[in-house]
Amino acid sequence: MKITVKLFATFRQGRFKIAEQDVPEGTTIADVLDTLAIEVADVGMLFVNGRHAEPEQRLAGGVVLAIFPLVGGG
Amino acid sequence: MDKILRVNMTNLTVKVEPVPADWAGLGGRALTSTIVAAEVPPTCHPLGPNNKLVFAPGLLSGTAASNANRFSCGSKSPLTGGIKECSAGGTSSRIIARLGYKAIVVEGKPAGDTWYTVVVDKDGATIKPETEVLRLGTFATVQHVNEHYGEDFGVITLGPAGENLMAIANISVKDPESKIRSFGRGGLGAVMGSKKIKMIVINPEGGVALPLADPAKFKAANQAFTKTLLDHPVSGQGLKKYGTAVLVNVLNEAGGLPTKNFTSGQCAHHDAISGETMYDNIVARGGEPSHNCSPSCQIQCSQIYNDKDGNYVTSGFEYETIWALGADGMVEDLDVIAEIDNVFDDIGVDSIETPVMFAVAMEAGLIPWGDGKRILELLRNDITNATPLGRMLGGGTGHVGRAFGMTRIPVVKNQAIPAYDPRPIKGIGVTYATTTMGADHTAGYAIATNILNVGGKVDPLSNDGQVELSRNLQIATAAIDSTGLCLFIAFPALDIPACLGGVIDMLNARYGINLTGDDVIGLGKQVLKIEHAFNLAAGLGPETDRLPEFFELESIAPHNVKWDMDQKELASFWNF
Repeated sequence: MKITVKLFATFRQGRFKIAEQDVPEGTTIADVLDTLAIEVADVGMLFVNGRHAEPEQRLAGGVVLAIFPLVGGG
Repeated sequence: MDKILRVNMTNLTVKVEPVPADWAGLGGRALTSTIVAAEVPPTCHPLGPNNKLVFAPGLLSGTAASNANRFSCGSKSPLTGGIKECSAGGTSSRIIARLGYKAIVVEGKPAGDTWYTVVVDKDGATIKPETEVLRLGTFATVQHVNEHYGEDFGVITLGPAGENLMAIANISVKDPESKIRSFGRGGLGAVMGSKKIKMIVINPEGGVALPLADPAKFKAANQAFTKTLLDHPVSGQGLKKYGTAVLVNVLNEAGGLPTKNFTSGQCAHHDAISGETMYDNIVARGGEPSHNCSPSCQIQCSQIYNDKDGNYVTSGFEYETIWALGADGMVEDLDVIAEIDNVFDDIGVDSIETPVMFAVAMEAGLIPWGDGKRILELLRNDITNATPLGRMLGGGTGHVGRAFGMTRIPVVKNQAIPAYDPRPIKGIGVTYATTTMGADHTAGYAIATNILNVGGKVDPLSNDGQVELSRNLQIATAAIDSTGLCLFIAFPALDIPACLGGVIDMLNARYGINLTGDDVIGLGKQVLKIEHAFNLAAGLGPETDRLPEFFELESIAPHNVKWDMDQKELASFWNF
């Protein structure tokens, strides 16, 4: 199945901003992080279609997964 | 010895008074709000002789404490009609604190047309007629002070908007690079202008190292505190690199980035105006990604942003400004946004109220969507010269919306709503509705827990737990605003216990007292209650603790949600 992965801030370095990826059915966010060599501990926010998500969440085809390091402002 | 400096503009006299015992344990916001509540009639006209303008360094300002050199400015706001406290960086807070002034209270109003400069020194102040810097922008005014008084003087000044008593006018403070930091919100520049003060300059001569009851304990506490600032990913790394503008992409992903005057929660050109793009531009053009707004800052969220030719354009280039122009007003070019930000600073207008107002003016048809060049013309010509059109715009978001008969006017208590849509982020909606300040994200930054996963997680799309979250944050914020510490210490404070522990230890070591965490929370509650009582007496009753109706009528994409918090639940905010 195809998903769209968006990376932000430092996670873009040496990777990409946005990419479509072909992943097996049943793939979790943690699996995607693994293939990107991003440690779960370094992740600040995960959004699937604009909603907060946890690493163990399984992804459905066609979703947009956004991955941010810990950042903030105000 | 601690003292209060009173500057009376009615009879042009100055008094230095001892600090009343009741005020001895107060600083920053706690002190400005206490003085305003005690001495300003809540029903007075904000621009009349009965209003006062109070400047107060925080309880830790002037010491070696990291990030503690901010100060508060309090008054009755001409924009909201309620009590106002703003916080700003710059160099003045440390100077004022080291001269021994707990507060500078400006009162009264002169009868004639003469403008004045107030020169503060260790013995008091002199009030002298001012002609040379009138109508100058804030950058030129600071340069004038550097050349004619001294580069080490503190400067608190107005741009043309403040001289013309506009409700969008802010008060500008010189920063370490002779650029500008601002008491931004609520039109306090108009209050200072009503008192005919173009600038307050502060002579640092005779300032002394502040006494510490227990120097060794203070040093250790500051080290422990500073370590938490550097260890937390947000304050230690994220803000240094990307500044606050890193939030553009975060809020866009979360569907809470108000776009085109609050008609969508996502913006198609978000990446062009993002913190990531800002960082790339800064590095490519020889600017500085990390920069401090006040002495002793460890977080360094400010930056120097240059144009394509490597020339300085702006600093302190904030998420809220970029959002308001870039997404809310649809200006797609970050360089144009930077140029507008510089003009905001120079003419002395709030960089939230003003661009939110422009987005409303765009919807009204006065300006084409995204037309940054037209915004620059209106700022440089009409607002600077106070033409009738400039005065209409200078009245702020609510003023312009009413002038054009609009219903989608994003204000609470007539103050513009900042960069987070309350429909998909309910916690910040509670803060906008209930804070004594009018719509103000900093008063209780629920974004931390609703969106950023700092201080736990509360689902932004659910009403559950939001009142309690906002209440706890507003109480803590009122306490932090009283210390002179930057509010961004809240990021480590929400996650690392040693952070707040360090702050309390520093307060105790500075003053030789035994505050506990409960005492600090008690101070925060006391501040909010004082402010709330002032607002009730000023006519801002419970019916003003609400969001504009359009949030209940119009759903917003991509989550397609409305504001649906029960008003009774919202009112329970004040049950403490």
